[in-house]
Amino acid sequence: MSVRYPTSSLQALLSQIGPVDQVGIDERVAKYGTRSIKKAAKLWGLRTAVTMVDLTTLEGKDTPGKVASLCQKALRPADDASIPPTAAVCVYPSMVRHAKKHVGGTSVKVASVATAFPSGQAPLSTRLAEVRAAVADGADEIDMVINRGAFLAGEFAEVQDEIAAVVEACGRATLKVILEVSELESYDNIRAASFLAMQVIRPGDFIKTSTGKTSLNATLGNNQVMLEAIRDHYLATGVAIGMKPAGGIRTAKQALTFLIAVKETLGDAWLNNTRYRFGASSLLNDLLRQLEKERTGAYQAPYSFSESAESY
Amino acid sequence: MTRLPITKTPKVYVGGAFIRSESARVYPLHDASGAFYANIPQCTRKDLRNAVEAAAKAGPGWARRTAYNRGQILYRLGEMLEARASELAAALQLGGATPAAAAREVAAAVDRLVYYAGWTDKYESLLGSVNPVAAPYFNFTVTEPMGVVGIIAPDECPLLALITLIAPAITSGNTVVALASSKQPYPAILLGEMLATSDLPGGVVNLLTGFRKELVPTFATHAHLRALIAVADPEERKTLALGAADSVKRVRLIKAEVATDWFADAAQSLQAIRDTLEFKTTWHPVGT
Repeated sequence: MSVRYPTSSLQALLSQIGPVDQVGIDERVAKYGTRSIKKAAKLWGLRTAVTMVDLTTLEGKDTPGKVASLCQKALRPADDASIPPTAAVCVYPSMVRHAKKHVGGTSVKVASVATAFPSGQAPLSTRLAEVRAAVADGADEIDMVINRGAFLAGEFAEVQDEIAAVVEACGRATLKVILEVSELESYDNIRAASFLAMQVIRPGDFIKTSTGKTSLNATLGNNQVMLEAIRDHYLATGVAIGMKPAGGIRTAKQALTFLIAVKETLGDAWLNNTRYRFGASSLLNDLLRQLEKERTGAYQAPYSFSESAESY
Repeated sequence: MTRLPITKTPKVYVGGAFIRSESARVYPLHDASGAFYANIPQCTRKDLRNAVEAAAKAGPGWARRTAYNRGQILYRLGEMLEARASELAAALQLGGATPAAAAREVAAAVDRLVYYAGWTDKYESLLGSVNPVAAPYFNFTVTEPMGVVGIIAPDECPLLALITLIAPAITSGNTVVALASSKQPYPAILLGEMLATSDLPGGVVNLLTGFRKELVPTFATHAHLRALIAVADPEERKTLALGAADSVKRVRLIKAEVATDWFADAAQSLQAIRDTLEFKTTWHPVGT
């Protein structure tokens, strides 16, 4: 374990919530890849995964036009009208009003990253103002980043207070708390950060693995640590928190494996888009490609599917 | 002291790596006398799918190489075969070829690679054109590789025929997924090892072994394969033609029931390179 922060406060927290058995987690998730999901179950999984996608574009070069095409893709992912729309589109705050024009009044939500995404390195007042502005523009969901600097320095109260302040700023919008697991360095830290967030967010809010802007994104391992944290929190308090792995999930096969982890850790109650999401962009087309393969029996070429936005 | 025999587990060369079938299935290969020789990977349609993904990934990089560099690499592949000619000849003798016939086939295979190595920077000069048009345009046609090409090799001449089908496709920057002879797969297994040491980027040539019956339908319908070059019997030809029509891919079908002389000069040609090329014509305005 890293010694960059006073271990006493982390250890105090871990003594309440219990540490993570790293070897056990890694062994457990290695098994998920061996499950055989075929035919009807596969079809169900692929379609469910489509409805869980937060179709994302988070780039400096985003334009209202690009967001418009992203929204069209989210509403009608493929020619086949029986394929359901995605859960949400995920954009920068300045693009919220543009996205809202296209998906307002539909089942597709507008999610906006806020709080000085992806670093979170801005004064709290600025971060809160960004959240309020995004909500005022019509964002249904806010994806915030936690203050990793404060977390690693052991300032857990500060981390929690900031999350609580963002919860208040969100109003009716759903909140997703990005832990940025690649910067937390250990499974123990991921579990600790998960609990810090879950203790102050509301039922139906989410915890989310990463921004997608760092080298290491969602893996089965850190997804599992967070799912187990959600399970333990739910069993202790009855509060159901959602989960959103983001970044690095590009293939339908990966998505199905993540769904297996959800099913086997949290059960069917979490297998819908009010409690589980994928933060992704290229994943959607691979899901469509596999669905088309299941429909026609022929393997498809990736270029047969309209481009959405490529970011992570 | 007697040594335990150290036998090799044959693996197929896909995406620049040596893999077993994802199904973990194998089928026994016997030598000409009927004795067990090795277990050969029995690849499935999922292995084919993975091979096509690998070939598609390798495609742009291979096509971007200069023609000169592709020629160098093909020539080096010929060098690799030449250096291990005796090993390849032994693999051919497993199928019953006489030592002389096996040596002749290996030599012809090396020569064929050298033949196409020479073509890499020349075919464009013959196939591309500047076209006269009755308007103020500079009108020219250039060739482009098609993409991923599926190849199904015959049982006879298991090395020479395989190379005769693969070489013209990769000459122009296509990448290839090839099914080797089911009855005599061992030369293809060895060829994979030589491909790995030939500077050919991983994924440009992917070799599968297995049963034609299991793989031909997937070759036919896989939409990501842009062309099929196959030696096939009447029933397979029908399957391939129907599947290819669905996914609009080019097919060149060689009749398995008619004997092909793979050694003949006619078996190598500029036309074979043309089979896996697309032509792009550009109208460029010119000032008066």
